[in-house]
Amino acid sequence: MSATGKHRASGQTYRVIGTRPIRHDAYDKVTGRARFGADVRLPGMLYGVLVRSPHPHARIKSVDTRRAREHPAVRAVVTAADMPSIDSEAVAELGEGAIELRYASEIILARDKVVFRGQPVAAVAATSLQAAREAARLIEVEYEPLPVVQDPVAAMAPDAPLLHQDLYTVTPGGGKAERPSNVAKHVQYERGDAAAGFAAADVVIAREFRTAMVHQGYIEPQAAAAAWEHDGRLTVWTTTQGAFSARQQLADLLQIPVGRIKVIPMEVGGGFGGKIQVYLEPIAALLSRQAGRPVKMWMTRAEVFTGTGPGSGTYIRCKLGAKRDGELVAAELYMVYDAGAFPGSPVGAGAVTGLSPYRIPNFRVDGFDVVTNKPRVQSYRAPGAPQAAFAVETVLDELAQALDMDPVDLRLKNAAVEGDRLVYGAPFNRIGFREVLQAVRDHPHYKAPVPGGAKTYAVGRGVAAGFWFGGSMTSTVHLTFNADGTVNLVAGSSDLSGSRASLAMIVAEELGLEPDDVKPVVADTDTVGYNDVTGGSRTTYATGAACWRACQDAIAQLKARAAKLLEADPEAVAFGGGEFWLWEEPQYRISIKEVAASLQKTGGPIFAKGIVNGLKMAPAFGAHIVDVGVDLETGKVDILRYTAVQDAGRAIHPASVEGQLQGGAAQGVGWALFEEYVYDQGVMRNPTFLDYRLPTALDLPMIDTVIVEVPASDGPYGVRGVGETPIVPPLAAVANAIARATGVRVRELPMSPERVWRALAAAGRAEGLFASHADG
Amino acid sequence: MNAMSTASAGKASINAVSAKVLVEATVNGVPEAFACEPRQTLLEVLREQLGLTGTKEGCGNGNCGACCVLLDGRPVNSCLVLAVEAAGRDIVTVEGLATDGLHPLQQAFLEHGALQCGVCTPGFLVASKALLDVNPHPTEQEVRRWLAGNLCRCTGYDKIIRAVLDAASRMAAETRPEAAAGLETAADDGEVRPA
Repeated sequence: MSATGKHRASGQTYRVIGTRPIRHDAYDKVTGRARFGADVRLPGMLYGVLVRSPHPHARIKSVDTRRAREHPAVRAVVTAADMPSIDSEAVAELGEGAIELRYASEIILARDKVVFRGQPVAAVAATSLQAAREAARLIEVEYEPLPVVQDPVAAMAPDAPLLHQDLYTVTPGGGKAERPSNVAKHVQYERGDAAAGFAAADVVIAREFRTAMVHQGYIEPQAAAAAWEHDGRLTVWTTTQGAFSARQQLADLLQIPVGRIKVIPMEVGGGFGGKIQVYLEPIAALLSRQAGRPVKMWMTRAEVFTGTGPGSGTYIRCKLGAKRDGELVAAELYMVYDAGAFPGSPVGAGAVTGLSPYRIPNFRVDGFDVVTNKPRVQSYRAPGAPQAAFAVETVLDELAQALDMDPVDLRLKNAAVEGDRLVYGAPFNRIGFREVLQAVRDHPHYKAPVPGGAKTYAVGRGVAAGFWFGGSMTSTVHLTFNADGTVNLVAGSSDLSGSRASLAMIVAEELGLEPDDVKPVVADTDTVGYNDVTGGSRTTYATGAACWRACQDAIAQLKARAAKLLEADPEAVAFGGGEFWLWEEPQYRISIKEVAASLQKTGGPIFAKGIVNGLKMAPAFGAHIVDVGVDLETGKVDILRYTAVQDAGRAIHPASVEGQLQGGAAQGVGWALFEEYVYDQGVMRNPTFLDYRLPTALDLPMIDTVIVEVPASDGPYGVRGVGETPIVPPLAAVANAIARATGVRVRELPMSPERVWRALAAAGRAEGLFASHADG
Repeated sequence: MNAMSTASAGKASINAVSAKVLVEATVNGVPEAFACEPRQTLLEVLREQLGLTGTKEGCGNGNCGACCVLLDGRPVNSCLVLAVEAAGRDIVTVEGLATDGLHPLQQAFLEHGALQCGVCTPGFLVASKALLDVNPHPTEQEVRRWLAGNLCRCTGYDKIIRAVLDAASRMAAETRPEAAAGLETAADDGEVRPA
């Protein structure tokens, strides 16, 4: 339907793949019928409310719940004393990232100490939401405030107050530091000799960057309902990127067997990595067990900001060295990622993604995972990569200027290809980075002259690139056939953005059916085999591969049935385009729908399965072009034109791929220009959508897209996951455009009007009444 | 839900069951009567009492537009309206948009893929209907300005804006065929949102 999206199709043609059917989930979403996390209603349901710490760092001296328990509408009150204590260092694998269980438990209910403002300390359930809120205010908590650690760089100082007395830095070799500190981990990657490389370089540029802590900003707050039956069965309804991950976390945290727990995934109103870790689910469960009734909870927006997991703020130093012809010869990255209150920032992924797109013979990367008194971060779309790309892609742009080279040509000269090694040593499979860059260079947007500005309005164009790995992990799908030839596709992957349609299209393609003939369902944990989270851009890639395998299983079984109907041996039967026929006598044929209608007469129902447990990495590269206008009197930046180019391997549902590119670009623009946790002594001062500003429809132009198709090395059709990559390039692309427009580099995010104006004023580039009064 | 600021105050009075008020209103064309506490928002009553969960809570303080409903034909954030204020008035939620088949806006959202997660979609549809009710031929910029109070985190708005513009031209084609034929290109100017 899109008038703008260009689709660079490679040779092979498909009947269904590459078309744009109406998505299977869409009808329920435009009519209000789709049921999200907070839409659950259960008989006898209670409402649960949390009591959260007003202090960013404090010892809990006492929690008095007596008055809340006396409230006549209250049916349950829980504190950390009701949670099993976890003393081991066991780790919960979240699919995207991991966390030690004892830390996860503390995030859910603080035990002896609070380490971020908004950390829950108690919860109540009552017969109405209003009564639950009243009762929560009756819980008296006595705190002894402790010194606050807010800035991750300051937190690394030897004399900084400690968040955790038992936290010892894990060193690059895997050892442990001798003294406790706020540095949870130091990762390091080295190749060649960085010092010698810089000595041999003709141009060396070193810069430092800061990015603010940001939030995924999903519009649906966390929500969960739980019913803990007297016989020990626990049922949880929740908005989650992975029902099986939620089930495992519940089992670990509540110390009950997974077999007792059923997690029912609801529609997910956006996640972007933030809806993998459980927050409300264990508390709703504990409240339900105590009350003997189902309990529903959901967060306010302020709770989402202060009580869930944002994306890391960072401090990064980046140094690049190049020969006069643009060949990169040396690089250094020093990266500090804010983990929030417990270890686990995505610094590892940042350290790998920063330099891997380019062939650099000599480099050293040091990354630090640092704890501060803020909510513990979680994954946010390509976790760790946008911050790293902001630094590297900005310095590359400065290098291009210093070398008087086109910035796309500079990237093309150094771009990694298949066989080049990521910084940790593994080689890339087939990748389309060069093809993406060539598509940028050939695009009418890039070829068009930069629009003219005015005395007080500067216009410029920026480009930047980035990638994400494209993971696999485990997926399971089942297919069953109905007598009318329709197919039930039962999957375990949560659908955040239309993956049900892509999966159904793969089944339709393979079985020769129409997309409408396939009915995709996101199943609960009792109904489908184990399935990892929707994250890491893996769903269309890995669950899609599982669909393809299930179809091959189904076709083999159906062939045997077709053989019976055609009175032939199964080996004599061929299949294609939705029909079975005899190799030797092709005039004898029967459609898949006719075979499905005859299943009961030919041996009973068919059940086909597809399981994927590890495909090769399928990295997706992208590059963005953006034109900005900068108001030299106010520092406000307008996005005038935007083009996102990305390798999708093979676009199954191109409208959905375009949507991923457009949405990721928009989030990246927000990160670049508007979004920021404003902290003051460990207190977030802007926990609303008024003060934490997401891009609106008025802040963006139409976002043009180009889908490049360089097939991946593994999986069906060459498809690559596309979800994460589009948020990697925009931060630097916007910064580079501002620099090209004004000659002024802003290296701290967000590039708010004030920050841009101060940078302009310091450089003598500001216009207007106050330009000369700037204090920099 | 957030008791953070007063977590240790302990001064609230115990008030088991607040007195409820009987409210009569028209909801999606049907007369309804419900009992609610004066402090309950229209959003909470629609969702938790009337089962109209198509209207979503995204922020609870009027910043995201996910809870947009029509009150006497005008778009409001139902999280900022008390349920008792709806007495005697006409409420339309997303569940009331499809009357004789899908509304053209709903159809256009389907065909353009103008949604991903879908949680903001009801608010966008209701707000867009309000726009087309007062301005049947909006320009792209007018659509963007009108919908600036509705946040979408998934789509970058591109396909939403296209879907609204497409629905407008389809509705114009139904009422005035010459508009669809491109004979009429002038667009309304100026501020159109009701005060």
